[in-house]
Amino acid sequence: MLKDITIGQYFPGNSVIHRLDARFKIAITAIYIIMVFSAKSFISLGAAFLFFVIAFLLSGISVKLIIKSMKPIIPVIIFTSVLNIFFIDGVTVFELFGIRISDEGLLTSGYMIIRLVSLICGSSLLTYTTSPIILTDAIEQMLKPLSKLRFPAHELAMMMTIALRFIPTLIEETDKIMSAQKARGAELDSGSFTDRAKALIPILIPLFVSSFRRAEELALAMECRCYNGGEGRTKLKTLVSGGKDYAALSLSLLFLALIMIIDLGRVVL
Amino acid sequence: MDKIISAEKLSFYYSDYSDDEAAENENSRVQVFDRLDLEIEKGSFTVILGHNGCGKSTLAKHMNAILLPCGGKMYSAGIDTSETDRLFDIRKHIGMVFQNPDNQIVASVVEEDVAFALENMGVPQDEMRERVDSALKAVGMYEYREHSPSQLSGGQKQRVAIAGIIAMMPDCIVLDEPTAMLDPSGRREVMKTIRRLNKEKGITIVLITHYMDEAAQADRVVVMDKGRIILDDIPQEVFSNVEMLRKVGLDVPQATQLMYMMNKDGFKDADVHIIDAEKCADYLYELLK
Repeated sequence: MLKDITIGQYFPGNSVIHRLDARFKIAITAIYIIMVFSAKSFISLGAAFLFFVIAFLLSGISVKLIIKSMKPIIPVIIFTSVLNIFFIDGVTVFELFGIRISDEGLLTSGYMIIRLVSLICGSSLLTYTTSPIILTDAIEQMLKPLSKLRFPAHELAMMMTIALRFIPTLIEETDKIMSAQKARGAELDSGSFTDRAKALIPILIPLFVSSFRRAEELALAMECRCYNGGEGRTKLKTLVSGGKDYAALSLSLLFLALIMIIDLGRVVL
Repeated sequence: MDKIISAEKLSFYYSDYSDDEAAENENSRVQVFDRLDLEIEKGSFTVILGHNGCGKSTLAKHMNAILLPCGGKMYSAGIDTSETDRLFDIRKHIGMVFQNPDNQIVASVVEEDVAFALENMGVPQDEMRERVDSALKAVGMYEYREHSPSQLSGGQKQRVAIAGIIAMMPDCIVLDEPTAMLDPSGRREVMKTIRRLNKEKGITIVLITHYMDEAAQADRVVVMDKGRIILDDIPQEVFSNVEMLRKVGLDVPQATQLMYMMNKDGFKDADVHIIDAEKCADYLYELLK
């Protein structure tokens, strides 16, 4: 069951999207998020979604994967849209046993659904097409100017690298501990909510203990390989940006401008 | 021959830090070793054997200055390990591989992990690429350079860890029970890699193990017990001391075991200096003919 977690999953490929400089991809994703949240009409939201569709088609990622990435947020989507439908006042469209549904409510929850869905689609496209290690590198480089203000850019990136490296190891370990506790009669899947929460304690404690041990050994191994912080470090692979990266960035800015013009036009009209 | 590692009257003890007064008191100290002398020759393949708690891992940690001596001197690659400002010089020359491969791999791509030490040392990119590739080829993991370590078997992971060390081009690699967590085929892979690095690249190997068949492959076996060196010779001579090894809780290779038992049962020509299965089989064949 724990094997299904897809955090930071990467699907290697050789498409234009895969080959874009990760720093630009992060910037473009940020612009895309601005697009999604600044769009105030269905037409402009559609334009933002069109931008995603173009990127998606170029990436060669299957539709199934995008839908799969949506799975964990379905409850959130349902919850927020239900809240919006019932609790926003406006012209009543439908009424039954004192429960009113307004046009404003329908509209707001419609926007909310589209926004959330496009948000998840866009950000999962980023992680699907960029290897975690390159992503961390890109984040490190983007934050580097801040290190002059004593912001720990290298340390942050190192922590992310190690965290990503240990996700599969710790998942495997959790599975092992769970089986071991089940073999000794622990009931993990039955009982009330509090019972199940309590049953997690004998899993979390050994997991923490072993993580501390791992951390100590890893620190030792890193020291043995001359790790001395971020200063004077070189890189096996450096990020290179080219024409296609600037083209992609311009395209995203163009879409953002387009969305703003559409919305502005509607207000003026 | 040149000495790559030499311990001169090395002493080390742990103190019980839970109590400050006790730390001052000599009786509360746990003495690991007291005035230990050991020299490792350049290019040799030395195995350090010993029962749990005999101080073999502690000794290994002195070799690349993870632990510093409480008394005496430790020279690694000609540098006194107590010169703390030359720590990285020592570690560039003396690499160390640990027991659990999972806990020494830093990056989530094999080649990035092998490059880790080089990145730390500030090696230029072109040279780094070359050294990473040749290190991966030396351990036979080049085809896996773009894999994630979590997709590899234990033996493969340990070979990646070794590649991460040899990319630094050290003169000596200290391996602290590198095969203890591996299955038999993983152990074979790792031992083959270690032997090849020693023979072909001339890297000095110090292998800490409690597997007798691994010790039998070395040029020299050092047996430790309670922080002292009790035997130090070529494997054939060391393993012929069957009773002494038993007394300190160690086994001998199965071939030696058989020879020893036959010798005791009256086959006076059964030679306890035989440590490998092949020679043992030859002897039995001659006997049965």
